[in-house]
Amino acid sequence: MKKLLLASAAALALASTATAQEIKIGTVVGFTGPLESLAPDMAGGSELAMSEVNASGNFLNGTTVVSVRGDSTCIDAAAATAVAERLITSDGVSGIVGADCSGVTSAMLQNVAVPNGMVMVSPSATSPGLTTVEDNGLFFRTAPSDARQGVVMTEVIMDRGITSVAVTYTNNDYGQGLADSFAAAFEAAGGTVTLVASHEDGRADYSAEVGALAAAGGDALVVAGYVDQGGSGIIRAALDSGAFETFVFPDGMVSSALVENFGTEIDGSFGQHPGTDSEGAAIFETLAAEAGFDGTQPFAKESYDAAALIMLAMQAAGSTAPADYAGKIMDIANAPGTPILPGELGKALELIAAGEDIDYIGASAVELIEPGESAGNYREIEISGGEITTARFR
Amino acid sequence: MDFLNAIIALLNFVIVPATAYGAQLALGALGVTLIYGILRFSNFAHGDTMAFGTMITILATWGLQSLGVTAGPLPTALIALPLGIAATAALAVGTDKLVYRFYRQTKAKPVIFVIASIGVMFVMNGIVRFVIGVGDQNFADGTRFLISARDFREVTGLDEGLAIRTTQAITVAVAILAVVALFWFLNKTRTGKSMRAFSDNEDLALLSGINPERVVFITWLIVAALATTAGVLYGLDKSFKPFTYFQLLLPIFAAAIVGGLGNPLGAILGGFLIAYSEIAVTYAFRKVVGYLGPEGWSPEGMLQLLSTDYKFAVSFTILLIVLLFKPTGIMKGKSV
Repeated sequence: MKKLLLASAAALALASTATAQEIKIGTVVGFTGPLESLAPDMAGGSELAMSEVNASGNFLNGTTVVSVRGDSTCIDAAAATAVAERLITSDGVSGIVGADCSGVTSAMLQNVAVPNGMVMVSPSATSPGLTTVEDNGLFFRTAPSDARQGVVMTEVIMDRGITSVAVTYTNNDYGQGLADSFAAAFEAAGGTVTLVASHEDGRADYSAEVGALAAAGGDALVVAGYVDQGGSGIIRAALDSGAFETFVFPDGMVSSALVENFGTEIDGSFGQHPGTDSEGAAIFETLAAEAGFDGTQPFAKESYDAAALIMLAMQAAGSTAPADYAGKIMDIANAPGTPILPGELGKALELIAAGEDIDYIGASAVELIEPGESAGNYREIEISGGEITTARFR
Repeated sequence: MDFLNAIIALLNFVIVPATAYGAQLALGALGVTLIYGILRFSNFAHGDTMAFGTMITILATWGLQSLGVTAGPLPTALIALPLGIAATAALAVGTDKLVYRFYRQTKAKPVIFVIASIGVMFVMNGIVRFVIGVGDQNFADGTRFLISARDFREVTGLDEGLAIRTTQAITVAVAILAVVALFWFLNKTRTGKSMRAFSDNEDLALLSGINPERVVFITWLIVAALATTAGVLYGLDKSFKPFTYFQLLLPIFAAAIVGGLGNPLGAILGGFLIAYSEIAVTYAFRKVVGYLGPEGWSPEGMLQLLSTDYKFAVSFTILLIVLLFKPTGIMKGKSV
């Protein structure tokens, strides 16, 4: 009798685990390394989406999701590869949110995720190289490629009637990638790029660099650099020598330090950086504050959206196997369907279960374009009266 | 043909910046050449001596600014400069007592001195970074421009602007004053003459009763003053960062060697030669040539000999050429 009871209890326990299943999703960001200040809020965003899904109880017949954290280190490809190995083979995750930096993301994708057929959704890798990487349809990103910024910057400049610019970029992958994509887009749009020249960060004096740019001419100078580094030096030298008066600032330059350094001297200059004024952003920031992290930090919104997309796609496919749900991510993210904002994941799961279409908007106004990356939303800024002002969003 | 605009473009981008830079290099090279002439070694710590003096001056400038003391249209750093010089003199003399005197007494070979000075360089390097950090420090205040490009264009109606920064004018003025004072000292005063005698022939100088320790002491004082002045002027004109001061060592040495090591006039000549070459070789002459050519025509290429990334290569190349063909330098210094 006792044995029978025990056996039935065990059977019951087994049965209950079978219905209320638990799956794991990896959250791989650089908890150590150059982006460590952003990592906690990015992980917070990803895990907020998971707890929201768990609280709703609507996910795949009550399945719960657990986050498994991994440290991408941002720069050490070998360490990031090892972490991805561990998550897939030992922890048995069903999808990965990450990684954060482009280099390690590419290493994890090619060395581990693709061979193992694992889906990766990166919230912050922006290198144009990831657009063309061989990913078997397994890689997505909720951050726009820098190539996209080149196109947006072209539109921003052309809309102001400027057709001839000089470009200077900081001599690294970011600067070069952005400068190249911008120059290609600007020339394709009929503009003239008089010169594309690099500058080294950390020099005391940039008058020689500015001399060359001035000789090339142009109505404005595009400064694809860092505001805390050579970018400001270039602007200082250009202003001092009267070489340029209008500057175009991509994301590395738009910061309060810019107006602290130059004030009204750069009035009339403009630029753009990733940003959105969508309803979802404000909702997410409130949710994040309640959950105890800072939702205004860069890429926290994109992390929430990355995790949400994975789970919604699983729901749509009715399966947690990457091969089944990878194809659903694009459908979930784009129209047609009911728009879904942060905090509405429960409703979204219900709609999907009922067989209805959804259009996931989320915290960062996600719109995925082929081959699975964010179209990107940019805030166009203008310097007026020594302040950064929002001109519009595009 | 638009001769005026061509001249202004050349002035604005080549001649004015190169003159200021040349004055800074000349002051730095004078310090190196004095050490070489009198103490007979190449002082690799010179760049970091400049950084140390500038750092003290910056700290004093901040102190003065917080007390509300400024020099009106001139940079406050000029008031703080004497303090920087005093502190650097103390450091230089202290280093001499602690390090170089030992090697002088043991009559060490010059190469030993050079290596000791590299050690000193690293120590000073560390001190500066420890105290003020590795980042950029901007300490220029007062009026920024003597003539700004925009004003110049409005007044003259030319297409090209000419900007002369206050710091550039101060650099040249202070450099002229310092050089005049130095030459007066070396040629007219008793101490200066004894220094020259010591430099020309040490044994003869000792026989005639010149106190070597006193000569060395005075040399360090002058070198500290020159290094601090050069460093502060460079920092005012550009910006202060310990690493760029370390990098300045190369053009400064090139200037001193090209001019003739041990020859003060040569150091000044070398400073300007290096500065003008660095800037002229990396400048794109397209606009200037465009103005000189027929109306509406401009050259296809940039007419730039070398990309600005190769600025330092210019000093290296000049150094190599001079060492190959005229090892004693243009003004006949001591051979290296």
